[in-house]
Amino acid sequence: MTTNDFLQIGLFLAVLLLLVKPVGSYLALVFADAPNRITRFGGRVERGIYRLCGIASTEEMGWKRYALAMLLFNVLGLLVVYVLQRLQPWLPLNPQHFASVSPDSAMNTAISFASNTNWQGYAGESTMSYLTQMLGLTVQNFLSAATGIAVLVAVVRGFARRSALGIGNFWVDLTRSTLYVLVPLSLLMSLLLVSQGVVQNFKPYVDVPIVQAGSYSTTAKDAAGHDVTTQTAVTTQTLPMGPAASQVAIKMLGTNGGGFFNANSAHPYENPTPFSNFIEMLAIFLIPGGLCYMFGELVGDRRQGWAILATMLLIFIPLTIGLVAADQAGNPALHGLAVDAHASALQSGGNMEGKETRFGIAASGLFAAITTAASCGAVNAMHDSLTPLGGLVPMWLMQLGEVVFGGVGSGLYGMLAFAVVAVFIAGLMVGRTPEYLGKKIEAYEMKMASLAVLLPCALVVIGTAIAVMTPAGVAGIANPGAHGFSEILYAVSSASNNNGSAFGGLSANTPFWNALLGICMFLARFPLAIAMLAMAGSLAAKRHVPESAGTLPTHTPLFVTLLACVVIVVGALTFLPALALGPIAEQLMSAMGR
Amino acid sequence: MSKLLRQSFILLVLMTVITGVLYPLAATGLAQLIFPRQANGSLIVKDGKPVGSVLIGQSFTDPKYFWGRPSATSPNAYNASASSGSNLGPTNPALTGAVKQRIAALRAADPGNNAPVPVDLVTASGSGLDPQISPAAAQYQLARVAKARGLSATQVQALVNEYTSGRQFGVLGEPRVNVLQLNLALDVR
Repeated sequence: MTTNDFLQIGLFLAVLLLLVKPVGSYLALVFADAPNRITRFGGRVERGIYRLCGIASTEEMGWKRYALAMLLFNVLGLLVVYVLQRLQPWLPLNPQHFASVSPDSAMNTAISFASNTNWQGYAGESTMSYLTQMLGLTVQNFLSAATGIAVLVAVVRGFARRSALGIGNFWVDLTRSTLYVLVPLSLLMSLLLVSQGVVQNFKPYVDVPIVQAGSYSTTAKDAAGHDVTTQTAVTTQTLPMGPAASQVAIKMLGTNGGGFFNANSAHPYENPTPFSNFIEMLAIFLIPGGLCYMFGELVGDRRQGWAILATMLLIFIPLTIGLVAADQAGNPALHGLAVDAHASALQSGGNMEGKETRFGIAASGLFAAITTAASCGAVNAMHDSLTPLGGLVPMWLMQLGEVVFGGVGSGLYGMLAFAVVAVFIAGLMVGRTPEYLGKKIEAYEMKMASLAVLLPCALVVIGTAIAVMTPAGVAGIANPGAHGFSEILYAVSSASNNNGSAFGGLSANTPFWNALLGICMFLARFPLAIAMLAMAGSLAAKRHVPESAGTLPTHTPLFVTLLACVVIVVGALTFLPALALGPIAEQLMSAMGR
Repeated sequence: MSKLLRQSFILLVLMTVITGVLYPLAATGLAQLIFPRQANGSLIVKDGKPVGSVLIGQSFTDPKYFWGRPSATSPNAYNASASSGSNLGPTNPALTGAVKQRIAALRAADPGNNAPVPVDLVTASGSGLDPQISPAAAQYQLARVAKARGLSATQVQALVNEYTSGRQFGVLGEPRVNVLQLNLALDVR
């Protein structure tokens, strides 16, 4: 690795850590029970919304009602996205006259965006009308993120409240996440992105003449079955346009990841400069990082929030360095050729297949680690072309359950499930009833936490097994050998942890893949959230247990290490066999020169 | 249940208006007001007509032009309405084969230049539309372009320098040369 590689990673972490406290304090004010200057400022709009909907904002919901409201709202949103895609040829704002999306692809995309996954089986610039992008996809980018934050806030209330029946009001939490957090941040970020060159308009695509005209040939079979080669001249280039910046901003801030264009954040109109890239990376971790601080604030002990954040960084930093180092070392397959892949003042060198020149190795590798540690899934380099070990890191970061920062809200409530498991394990060691944040952890909480931890693991393993045993699953593979298995494992890991990035070679826009991944995405999102809400309901009803000499403090380096170990052990025990068949086998073969 | 359903429906409509209509319109309005050039695609305009974008690369195969990154878009390279990488895995023989072909093409266009080729010049970019190459890749091609155009190396070097940007703020990303702008400038000379 070069000095600059370390410098870019270090700068990113420093800026992120500086922003955690201000963002976290702001979030704590937004979700505080008592009215304050933030909620008074936007109070008129907020109250107007509640009046129109007939929502009593002071009404407390029990966990079952909270979960039901969450589920109804999300399923309704999902159906709207489905209908918009099916009807887009007959709706306005479709200057390129895109056709109706096929039922299986439309349903996959609807689940994908409603579940905060943003897996994309389609190519944005040649499939979705501006109207579908705005009213369907952008809206779900906001609402799925707001849902994640709402569920998290309810779970935190479960720890913070004592002998309470309710865990808050879903409508209020959702509205506040959107109005006070996501919309203002997105607007600010859109403008920053446009200043760097991200497009934001409603114009039709622009045709420009190209400097050096060229041609390409296509071969097709004629009626008699003979190959017929047609030569087509290329004299123009069609530049795509559209309201990209506004969607890119929320795709990052909401850890959604669904690109406006097919190449996602590798596309120069979606991520034009190293600075836009830096903002996009920061935006992915901004809210998940801030939520850790908010958590500490709301449970009345900031150290608890810092401890969770420290755990995330403890896992994130070494894996990031591993990824960048693997790709900076270059692709061994090209070693024998007359290729110069050494880092110098004039080039980044390394494994540049699938990467953009302006990002090089450091800014691509860091992005790949961030987008998979968080359940964002946007990409600025093609993960399929990473070196074998470089590709293992994003895959494993997803398989860890998307709890290292993770999705907005969902990452932290996933990590809290792991924290409950960690105190339980510590309790077993010393033979005491485990406690976390002053609440006794009993059989019911353990059941819900285990469910939340194990559900995504089961989906990945079972889903991958189904795909490799089915001809329709194997048919999607693009690369030969162990790498082909990696493509399948990556896709199912991505869907089952609501990430959405891909080893893009896999042809996943088929009925089989759309159905399999759609089911994985849905099950990973909603049952898991409901399990956490059930845990929150049970915790909120409990009395506070005062700390005693036998209480395990959960803000110490000891607990941070224990928690990180639990996350890693679960991830390693579940996935090492599968990883051995994919990236590890490929690495061994490539090291042997095969 | 029916109360929740009604609340869901109305809230979804209101949120759609706020996040799906008002927000993109506000972003578009402000962007067009403050950064009109960038918001409309950073177009290069010659005689009042767009001739390309600073941000979107074009395909060059003529020895008198600097070549950009290989592009994996289909059906033709640098198809801006179908951005895509190659998605070839690192051990895929198709990748090694493509790199060998690209080395051969570069050498055929520049006989006698047997220096190792900078890696970005023989590997496909992530978007297939990468507008830039590394300064190393520009240096590798400099003598060829100068010879094909009958210019001195110093003259071409001056133009290369003009379209080279360093790391942003000295730290972020990588140094790079804008290929389309450089070639347009060469044609004007």
